Amino acid sequence: MTSTLLEARQIHCERDDRPLFSGLDFRVGSGELWRIAGPNGAGKTTLLRILAGLNPAFEGELLWQGEPVHRVRTQYQANLLFLGHSAGVSSSLTAYENLAGWQAMRTPAVPEQVMAALADAGLGGYEDLPAAQLSAGQQRRVALARLYLSSAPLWILDEAFTAVDREAVAQLEALLANRVRAGGAVILTTHHSLALEGVRVLTLGEGHDAL
Amino acid sequence: MRSEPRVPVSFQEQEGGGWLRAAVETVRREWLIAFRNRQDLINPLVFFVLIVSLFPLGVSPEPEFLRQAGPGIIWVAALLSILLSLNLLFRNDYADGHLEQWVLSPQPLALLALARVGAVWVTTVLPLVLLVPVLAVMLHLRPGTGLVLVLTLLAGTPVLVLVGAIGAALTVSLRGSGVLLVLIMTPFYVPVLIFGTGAVTAAVEGASITGHLALLGAMLSLAVVLAPLAIAGALRISVSNG
Repeated sequence: MTSTLLEARQIHCERDDRPLFSGLDFRVGSGELWRIAGPNGAGKTTLLRILAGLNPAFEGELLWQGEPVHRVRTQYQANLLFLGHSAGVSSSLTAYENLAGWQAMRTPAVPEQVMAALADAGLGGYEDLPAAQLSAGQQRRVALARLYLSSAPLWILDEAFTAVDREAVAQLEALLANRVRAGGAVILTTHHSLALEGVRVLTLGEGHDAL
Repeated sequence: MRSEPRVPVSFQEQEGGGWLRAAVETVRREWLIAFRNRQDLINPLVFFVLIVSLFPLGVSPEPEFLRQAGPGIIWVAALLSILLSLNLLFRNDYADGHLEQWVLSPQPLALLALARVGAVWVTTVLPLVLLVPVLAVMLHLRPGTGLVLVLTLLAGTPVLVLVGAIGAALTVSLRGSGVLLVLIMTPFYVPVLIFGTGAVTAAVEGASITGHLALLGAMLSLAVVLAPLAIAGALRISVSNG
């Protein structure tokens, strides 16, 4: 029933002559939620950046629907949503401009949809404020509002819930659960404890001394 | 926050025409940010005017001297003001993570880079070129010389920005890369400076300027075609360091 979206084969990565992880094999299928776990410095962010195609410094193979990612890069990026540590919210643009601009780089931005997504993210009434005047949590919500505009089958979220309040985290978890039920795939790292069923956990940094 | 997804999961095929919308959005964003931070635009402009206007005071106010040295002074001042503003080209976008999202957008990155650099040229360098006729009068240049000067700047400065953007893209992930960038880029700027001022000198002496302009045009064509590819490659490298 589930089809494999992203497949990693024998991923090996070193940093400063120290192996971060090696021999990673996993398949992320539609309808699956993966959590990358591990202590600080175990390479969670590095792994997510490798999966997103941002970091080419690794050995092994990365396949998107059976094709090497570097060969179908444009297609892969059209079907991927990546949220990193720094969310790409420009402080001199308003919340609306940030989100509409992000959307226009992918598919045509429809103003009503963008406004609705901002309202969904709890930013109703803040659409026209420069992001510099928003709180850290609100800026994070501007980035998270992309989740309501994205049709991408694969979401990669690196510590996406930082700075948002507990209530919002619970709602975001529900959003992810609904997303997975609808056939999307999610790979994430988080320091929050996930109250979700059926999470597959990939633990990095096992077998190494605690760093 | 809403916990129901709004858009269903769907696979996007590669669409044609998306690159145009993305390029337009890139330009729009660049201009919007430039407009919001107007004081950042005025800095290089003031720098440019100051260098040019201090020369007559510092060296000699003789019209004869200024007529001879004027074009060179304006060219060098323009070059320096571009060189010193390069460092900021991708800096903020790198810091706030926008560069990452930009690289990950499913569009040809080289094309977006060209749009971006074009937009930057219009906001930061074009005002400087528009000031040149005024400065030319101040330096006692003949109207014909001023016109040639503007022409060479119009052809030469895009090369400076395009080539400089490669260096800016390469060094954006390094801390304290300002001096490094200036040192890397200066040798690449010298040929443009030589042919730019060469054309003006030829015009002053009444010789033909087509040769110099043709060379500047060739540099511009090469830069427009090749520099965006290099910028895109450099940006990918810089983002992968992040």
